[in-house]
Amino acid sequence: MAEPLTAARRVSIARHPQRPNMEDYLQALFPDFFALRGDRVCGEDPAILGGIARFHGQSVTVIGTRKGKTLEENLKVNFGMPNPEGYRKALRLMQQAEKFRRPIITLIDTSGAYPGMQAEEHGQGEAIARNLYEMSRLTVPVIAVITGEGNSGGALALAVANRVLMLENAVYAILSPEGFSSILWKDASRHEEACGLMKMTAPELKAMGVIDDVIPEPAGGAHLAPEIAFREVERSLLLHLSQLNRQKGSALAADRYEKFRSMGQLSRREDV
Amino acid sequence: MNNIFQKRRARLLAMKALRGTYLPPEQIITCPGCGQESPRREVADNLSVCPKCGYHWPVGAYYRLGFLLDAGSFRELDPKLPAENPLSFPGYPEKLQTARRRTGLSEAVVTAVGAIQGQRCVTAVLDSRFLMGSMSAAVGEKLTLAVEYAGRNRLPLIIFSASGGARMQEGILSLMQMAKTSAALARFSEKGLLYLSVLTDPTTGGVTASFASLGDIILAEPGALIGFAGPRVIEQTIGQQLPEGFQRAEFMMEHGFVDAIVPRARLREVLGQLLMLHGKGGRHG
Ligand SMILES: [Zn+2]
Repeated sequence: MAEPLTAARRVSIARHPQRPNMEDYLQALFPDFFALRGDRVCGEDPAILGGIARFHGQSVTVIGTRKGKTLEENLKVNFGMPNPEGYRKALRLMQQAEKFRRPIITLIDTSGAYPGMQAEEHGQGEAIARNLYEMSRLTVPVIAVITGEGNSGGALALAVANRVLMLENAVYAILSPEGFSSILWKDASRHEEACGLMKMTAPELKAMGVIDDVIPEPAGGAHLAPEIAFREVERSLLLHLSQLNRQKGSALAADRYEKFRSMGQLSRREDV
Repeated sequence: MNNIFQKRRARLLAMKALRGTYLPPEQIITCPGCGQESPRREVADNLSVCPKCGYHWPVGAYYRLGFLLDAGSFRELDPKLPAENPLSFPGYPEKLQTARRRTGLSEAVVTAVGAIQGQRCVTAVLDSRFLMGSMSAAVGEKLTLAVEYAGRNRLPLIIFSASGGARMQEGILSLMQMAKTSAALARFSEKGLLYLSVLTDPTTGGVTASFASLGDIILAEPGALIGFAGPRVIEQTIGQQLPEGFQRAEFMMEHGFVDAIVPRARLREVLGQLLMLHGKGGRHG
């Protein structure tokens, strides 16, 4: 067995420009994808892609954040940082999935919600909050896969799921290690040190019970052999979806609620 | 009635409230809003609001409960539910100890059951002196327990937000509290119960992106900073200075995210009115 990678090393693999992105997974795993656009309020956010597709004979709603592989592509999708319009579109598609009893699969790779002026004016906080609130009571299966970076409320807004899965070298955290070290120590250059303390890797989060499964990657990272990564993601999705498909809607909502209700529950102590 | 207990509770809250002021200790203090000087006593008597320009100093949780709730109605929920150190983060227990000593609080939120103008309600107040009012697992748990208590007892719920956002030292568990509190509020709402969210200075980050934005009615104190991303982060992203008043309560109301701005002196009256409008013909006792 190879030595486990450090958190900092995994961060750089998770951010690799050639790492498979939303479009790659759609092409590999979801035939007949049809994209749906717009939040029906005021805009369309290209940083989030969503629509309907088939997955192993079943219609599903697929929603994900988009990262490009070149600067040009990234400029088009705002480097994968969604605006409120994107979160509202995602919610619209999730509520549509609820209506048509389609499972929801989200693919998450974002450095966070976009911290821009217009995003604030359009209620970035409210949009994220609304998704957390509404996702908690959906009665269809919801599976979230963190494929690259999953940072902050911007990632969580697509991850209130029955099953939260992570690729082996993906990271999931309250914010980027650079942001973390600059807030905590006023020094962004200490980000590698932050990586070690943040408990942001898939194995650590699995041990803490924050995520449900780690999806193996080819040695060195998914970008070195994307086909292997696609098959592993497919296998994991199929396994969890077939389990969730057997549950009643009310049980799916109740289980999802309990899962998040128990996060960080404390023992009542008297020794303050 | 339990007169002795009521008096004891009122006295206890008054004592705790004394420590809840953010005003500088000097006899004469300078207002950050207008730059004018006022005797400290005069500002303190005015609920920590500048008598000249109406600038609202932040206030502590017990202080707020002290002027908000009917005398003797205050009963704290889960007072002993302090933060733990889930990530074994170096230096975090010491930081918590210092914050506890300095503020007399066990965590960044105080939850209580009480009454406003004779109407029973559950109230949670965040206190930004305690590690910036940041969201720890304990803060999320106390809030969720308060929401559940209100739901079980069919009481209206009022949450006063004041937070810099995430509790860095608790990492992902801090993030998970956003989902936990939002889900608890969804269940609460399904029971047809009222949740009033009051945004005070500052309400940012994960708190804005969860329970603070989910009120049936959202009020704000004048001038409060309200947003998801902090102003510094936005300025770094866009490479320019933000205009005056950006992300302030008045700005958020203009953009459709706040129902009304309520000066502190009118808060008790307005909350009482909203509780009354949702009540069943007024409830007394
Ligand atoms: Zn003033």
